[in-house]
Amino acid sequence: MQATAEMTQQWHDICEESDLVKNSGVCALIDEQQVAIFTLKNKDGITVYAVSNWDPIGKANVMYRGIVGSLGGEPVVASPLYKEHYSLVTGRCLENDEVSLSTYDVRIADGRVLVAL
Amino acid sequence: MTASTTSKRIVIVGNGMVGHHFVEQLVNSNANCEITVLSGEKRLAYDRVHLSSWFSGSRAEDLAMTDEATYDSWGVKYYTDAMVTEINRDNKSVSTAQGTFHYDMLVLATGSYPFVPPIPGNDQEHCLVYRTIEDLEAIEASAAVSKTGVVVGGGLLGLEAANALKQAGLETHVVEFAPQLMAVQLDEAGGDLLRNKIEDLGVVVHTQKATQVIEAGEEARYRMAFADGSALETDMILFSAGIRPSDQLGRLAGLDVGERGGIIINNQCQTSDPNVYAIGECALWESRIYGLVAPGYSMARTAVSHITGGDLEFAGADMSTKLKLMGVDVGSIGDAHGRTAGSLSYTYHNQPEGIYKRLIVDGAQKKVIGAVLVGDTSDYDTLLQYSLNDIDIPEHAESLILPSAGEKPALGADALPDTATVCSCHNVSKGDITAAIDGGCCSVGEVKSCTKAATGCGGCAALLKNVVDGELEKRGVEVSKAICEHFNYTRQELYHMVKVEEIHSFDELLEKHGEGLGCDICKPAVGSVLASVWNDYILTQNNLPLQDTNDTYLGNMQKDGTYSIVPRVPGGEITPEGLILIGEIAKEYGLYTKITGGQRIDLFGARVEQLPDIWEKLVAGGFETGHAYAKSLRTVKSCVGSTWCRYGVQDSVGQAIDLENRYKGLRAPHKIKFAVSGCTRECAEAQGKDIGVIATENGWNLYVCGNGGMKPRHADLFATDLDSETLVKYIDRVLMFYVKTADRLQRTSVWMENLEGGLDYLKSVVIDDSLGICDELEAQMQLVVDAYQCEWKTTIESPEARKRFRQFVNSKAIDSNIQFVDERGQIRPATEAEKIAGASRIPVELV
Repeated sequence: MQATAEMTQQWHDICEESDLVKNSGVCALIDEQQVAIFTLKNKDGITVYAVSNWDPIGKANVMYRGIVGSLGGEPVVASPLYKEHYSLVTGRCLENDEVSLSTYDVRIADGRVLVAL
Repeated sequence: MTASTTSKRIVIVGNGMVGHHFVEQLVNSNANCEITVLSGEKRLAYDRVHLSSWFSGSRAEDLAMTDEATYDSWGVKYYTDAMVTEINRDNKSVSTAQGTFHYDMLVLATGSYPFVPPIPGNDQEHCLVYRTIEDLEAIEASAAVSKTGVVVGGGLLGLEAANALKQAGLETHVVEFAPQLMAVQLDEAGGDLLRNKIEDLGVVVHTQKATQVIEAGEEARYRMAFADGSALETDMILFSAGIRPSDQLGRLAGLDVGERGGIIINNQCQTSDPNVYAIGECALWESRIYGLVAPGYSMARTAVSHITGGDLEFAGADMSTKLKLMGVDVGSIGDAHGRTAGSLSYTYHNQPEGIYKRLIVDGAQKKVIGAVLVGDTSDYDTLLQYSLNDIDIPEHAESLILPSAGEKPALGADALPDTATVCSCHNVSKGDITAAIDGGCCSVGEVKSCTKAATGCGGCAALLKNVVDGELEKRGVEVSKAICEHFNYTRQELYHMVKVEEIHSFDELLEKHGEGLGCDICKPAVGSVLASVWNDYILTQNNLPLQDTNDTYLGNMQKDGTYSIVPRVPGGEITPEGLILIGEIAKEYGLYTKITGGQRIDLFGARVEQLPDIWEKLVAGGFETGHAYAKSLRTVKSCVGSTWCRYGVQDSVGQAIDLENRYKGLRAPHKIKFAVSGCTRECAEAQGKDIGVIATENGWNLYVCGNGGMKPRHADLFATDLDSETLVKYIDRVLMFYVKTADRLQRTSVWMENLEGGLDYLKSVVIDDSLGICDELEAQMQLVVDAYQCEWKTTIESPEARKRFRQFVNSKAIDSNIQFVDERGQIRPATEAEKIAGASRIPVELV
């Protein structure tokens, strides 16, 4: 399984690092998939997260416009529509077990933002 | 009747407060019974205790305690206008014009009727009583054609009625037979002080007057001739000289009644016929009629208990009262006259401030047995608990009523026994409250909804909070005032830190005073505080991540992720050119248009990437942002005013425009709405706004802290006949005080209700400068006013800021999920089912 996942995963070059917004989100379109990319500043520096942009409860492509922060130490984004919180690490919805966001690998290389899909 | 054999048929005659309480309790008991309510009035139960609020604007629906839908949902059958004419105890039925109703148990809750003294001439057209909503309508109609009004009766109800006449705008007199006001509840000195205070308010009090005849007047409609030879002319007369039990039905049916009226009941509230109960003011228990609502409720609960097999007994009721009569605080506890043999009393009389307190203790000086409080009832709760629970008084009993210069022995909630009644309206004891907390309630709000404590007259709210806080603390529950897990502070404390420590960013505040990374609660709250204090551009690199999406994109996000756009239209005044421009833009971008409640135009359906272009056109046409997305000043609604209107007395539109331009952009704990009306017809509905201004012949009346929405509240009259300069000064102070001290998302109405001292306190801060902060409040407001900028103008001029307004960082495509269909000639968002299934392809916008 691990191997197949590795194999099918492909890194996409998205934008300049400077296109990201500190402690907030932007949205990338990758093969007709909308991916929300957030940066979150913490004690160790800045971490970048990528999750699906589709709000499964509000049913709109808006997650990148949510407020990011932490709840009980877990980095989260709050839906801008109905304020449910989703983990930026696992995509789990903190208020509702039945929905979640997809999460994607993201990294920065040579000043470019790359997302794996 | 289809009732099963086990289901009891219970018929209740009368649907006043007590009758309704009975129904509610019976329904809550889940007993198997078929409930039928027969009300002689036109409508179901309403709040008779607060009748005088009719004259400050309450209507029948505000006073209603229930409605048809509620009774339907409870499965209760009800008939209004159903006066019961006869009880047939042999075949267990009652007769009304609508037909005959059979019962297994009958409950009489017929209440009382106002006593009208047998004075010749008392039945003329403008001689009225004060008991039902129909009475209020008659009083209102009479007041409209009267200049003066007299209330006969200086008791509690009489003074309530006098308040009503005064609010109706009449020159008001009170005529009382006894030598003092409220002779039942107050001693002579207390009655005298009350009289002085009421006379200061412009009500003329005549004591020791026995009316002998009501005849035609010379200057007014009637002339009341008194036994001492004097006379008083008046246009209307309101009798409020006590009540008499409505016991006719019981009499007719041969039930035992008292010598002076009232259907005799036992401790179970049964009459002489065990299948017939009587509760409330029609019932006579141990030769006593109880004319207050709390004992009536207690009887209702007793009757329910007995019918459903419980063992509750009615054991009399405490008649202590605390109330505000025309703004004067009055309290009376137990033996207020000190008639108990051997009793001793302490008196505190402060003439300059108009405060009188008398404490009556037993001969052994161990227990509180009574008290009279006029002008200051802050000691009432404590004294009542001492009296009701037989708590030993402290060594220096006088300290209980002396102003708290030094240490006042505090009667902590801890000192109360579990049996102590905290809420007498709903008979909630301290034990009930602890049980509710043990059952999982963690806040005053939860305890209130679970036990109903403090939901009757509300007089016990402060005590309830003490008990709940104390009990939670005992259980190790920290009563947290923290805004969220990241800051262990209230919004007010954060505001203070930002200001005093000159903090300009969230990160700085978090580093100094918080933990974690923040969240969607504290970030917008701090963003709002920073904007209130410094009024910087909210989309700077530091401020942007703090904002809710509406603030981030300077528009209101709709369900499909598009935004609506509301340009500012100060005072609702707009030129034809402005209208045309908005129309042209709406057409060009295919937007849905709707007129808002705040006299502006809302454009819906703009995608995020369209916002800067649309605003570029609006700003070029002279429009500014309307802040419809922000917790800030929204609009100042106005009527057309004296410029055009035949009735207007001031230029309300001009005033509205000035006010809107002054306060636009002021960030606050919640949205703020204003309105300005050009005359008392109040077409702008200013009394439903946070700040309401109504023109008078002499200037402007200022109303504060009203709102519409989920829980509407009328604004309170704050100051009258102000010139524009003073008006602005007062509004500056009120708003800045609100911005400084309110909780997050707390509207002005709730904020004021939570200020200790409420409206009077707010007046003292703003008008009398009692805290000495008015200069600072004004200076702070001036700073905000001077720092104003149109956020959209700043945004469209900045290429960096405009970059934020795109759906995709790496593509010019548009979001394929945003789809519209046609409805009534305009667009609306497509439902999930309507969305074009194959539209997963992303159409690329041609550039």
